Amino acid sequence: MNAVVPLSTLLDARQVWRGRAHEVSVGDQPTGWCALDAVLPAGGWPEASLSEILLPVDGVGELRLVLPTLARLTQGQRNVVIVSPPYAPCVAGWRQHGVDMRRVEFVDAGEKDVLWATEQCLRSGSCAAVLAWPHHADDRALRRLQVAAVTGQALAFVFRDRSHLSNASPAALRLELEAPPRPQIWVRKCRGGAVPAQAIPMPRSVH
Amino acid sequence: MLWTCIYLPSLALDGIIRRRPTEGPLVLVDGPVNARTIVSANETARAAGLHVGQRLSAAQALLSQFEVIPYDRDSVGRWHKFLAAVAYRYSSEVSLLPHAIVLEVSKSMGLFGPWPRLESMLRADFTDLGFRHRMAAAPTAHAAYVLTMVSDGQAVLSSGTLRNALQRVPIAKSRLPANAIAALPCMGIRTLGQVLALPRDGLRRRFGAELLASLDRLTGDLPSGLALYRPPDTFDLRIELLHEVENQSALIFPVRRMVDDLAAYLAGRDGGVQRFLLRLEHREGRFTDMPVGLLASERDGALLFEFARGRLEHLTLPEPVLALRLIARDLPAFVPAGRDLFDERPANALPIEQVRERLRARLGDGAVYRLGSTQDPRPERAQREATHDEVPIEPHPRPTWLLPRPIPLRGGNPIILAGPERLETGWWDGGEVCRDYYVIETSLGQEAWAFCAPDEQTGWMIHGWFA
Repeated sequence: MNAVVPLSTLLDARQVWRGRAHEVSVGDQPTGWCALDAVLPAGGWPEASLSEILLPVDGVGELRLVLPTLARLTQGQRNVVIVSPPYAPCVAGWRQHGVDMRRVEFVDAGEKDVLWATEQCLRSGSCAAVLAWPHHADDRALRRLQVAAVTGQALAFVFRDRSHLSNASPAALRLELEAPPRPQIWVRKCRGGAVPAQAIPMPRSVH
Repeated sequence: MLWTCIYLPSLALDGIIRRRPTEGPLVLVDGPVNARTIVSANETARAAGLHVGQRLSAAQALLSQFEVIPYDRDSVGRWHKFLAAVAYRYSSEVSLLPHAIVLEVSKSMGLFGPWPRLESMLRADFTDLGFRHRMAAAPTAHAAYVLTMVSDGQAVLSSGTLRNALQRVPIAKSRLPANAIAALPCMGIRTLGQVLALPRDGLRRRFGAELLASLDRLTGDLPSGLALYRPPDTFDLRIELLHEVENQSALIFPVRRMVDDLAAYLAGRDGGVQRFLLRLEHREGRFTDMPVGLLASERDGALLFEFARGRLEHLTLPEPVLALRLIARDLPAFVPAGRDLFDERPANALPIEQVRERLRARLGDGAVYRLGSTQDPRPERAQREATHDEVPIEPHPRPTWLLPRPIPLRGGNPIILAGPERLETGWWDGGEVCRDYYVIETSLGQEAWAFCAPDEQTGWMIHGWFA
């Protein structure tokens, strides 16, 4: 075993597989949260992909996470669709975050139609972002949404309960929110990069 | 001048077959009950030996199984007018002749391209609608009409060659007055060329001025004198189903045809439709109305059908359907959506308006909306469905989720993060509120927007979440 094999020949012969196969290009969909952008491989939301946001309970900052993005998109005259939100959105609060409500469409869909409506909006190519709160979304349903997001070049956000964390997901990015007293964001999966070991602290809303 | 004639040899039969395709033998009959005669027969029936003019009893002796449908003069008239509306898309001068439509196309060619191209567009339209036709072009309307009698696809583009083209047309197909058609062959005159060569004086003495006028209209020495067709301002199409239909899936095909006809009509008048009504007619004059309302005017057949089908699928039929009627009265101008030249969206992108229509068609008319602010400070009334939003931004903290109705706070005492903000209003309309609003943190760590009675800080009611 004296022969020293240079690493490059092994690599050229494709006998050794390198972990990060594709370098993810830096996209232009910043989340609006500098600390989060810094750890995500694309420097923001993965473009034209599904992002899954897992919550312990409603109202722990899930909207604060995406509202900067919605504000940026709607001010750029792009359409955003919200499918079957769990509560009525408060217009005054959304506008305080800079969202142009004239560009936001709300869709009331029954339990069975949430995924259908989300997919239609994503696939259409005329929505910049689609937010959905599906009740029963399995692995296959999420994959359909991911494919639709690619087809329509849109950002898809799916908000689900934290109990789904143990199930595999085709989403390009999975974030888990932790409720106060230590509000923070865990990156649980990010395509094209290593999962950061540290959580990102989430500041309180400013009053 | 260049006139095109579209001759429709089997208008009545095509009108029936297009909404109910059938392979078996089918004939249309007319006449008194005891002496019914075949007026039209499809190919299968003709192959079996049935022919136009045959008595129904004779036909029944020849063939044991075939379908007999009474000839409906009104429906033929309706189809004739409908096709004129379709042709109106290509020219503003459209007239009706028996079993034919003529249109002046010399000016249309500047827009649609030279004759062969225009011809193929017209043919494609009529074939798509399911009507067999023959077509010819000539410098006069009547000459074009006569040319369709002898051949399909003949085009005489200049008046110099018109006489030549008419030379060989047999008298029987010349569409001259009936007495001339009966008498001329007996005199040894068998083609139009021979008639045109005869001295006019003699013809007038023998057949009257009517024959000369017909000949002059043929050659263009007299104007055609046809009344121009004007498309109606409303669309109203009714078809009778041949069986009683009990489930809506059997209605899909006829509805598709009707909506396609509506789209063809809209294209003809360069308009769109904002609202139309599909009426399902039951027995004894009862009917079910299914209105289809759109957010903007549309005219694409596939889209209109999709919206109609979405609503049809949600309908439960109270009783069997005998006939369908599509009524469209609200026909505003069609404004195509403006697209950016450097649009970066994917090639197959659907405009947002069409996405909204698609969602509404399946989820219901009120399921897709936008929200805007109102001037009312009460949170329950501070927002409503609206498309514009010009109220200044609220300076006090507002949550991002609003609960449909406030719920009492459970658990220990909350931590107050901001407040109070007093709301004391609404005394004028009975919905009086007097509350102190705070931003609080619950024992679970959620940030909530809660209120209590003025100056009390107990009995918290949560009204929203700062999500």
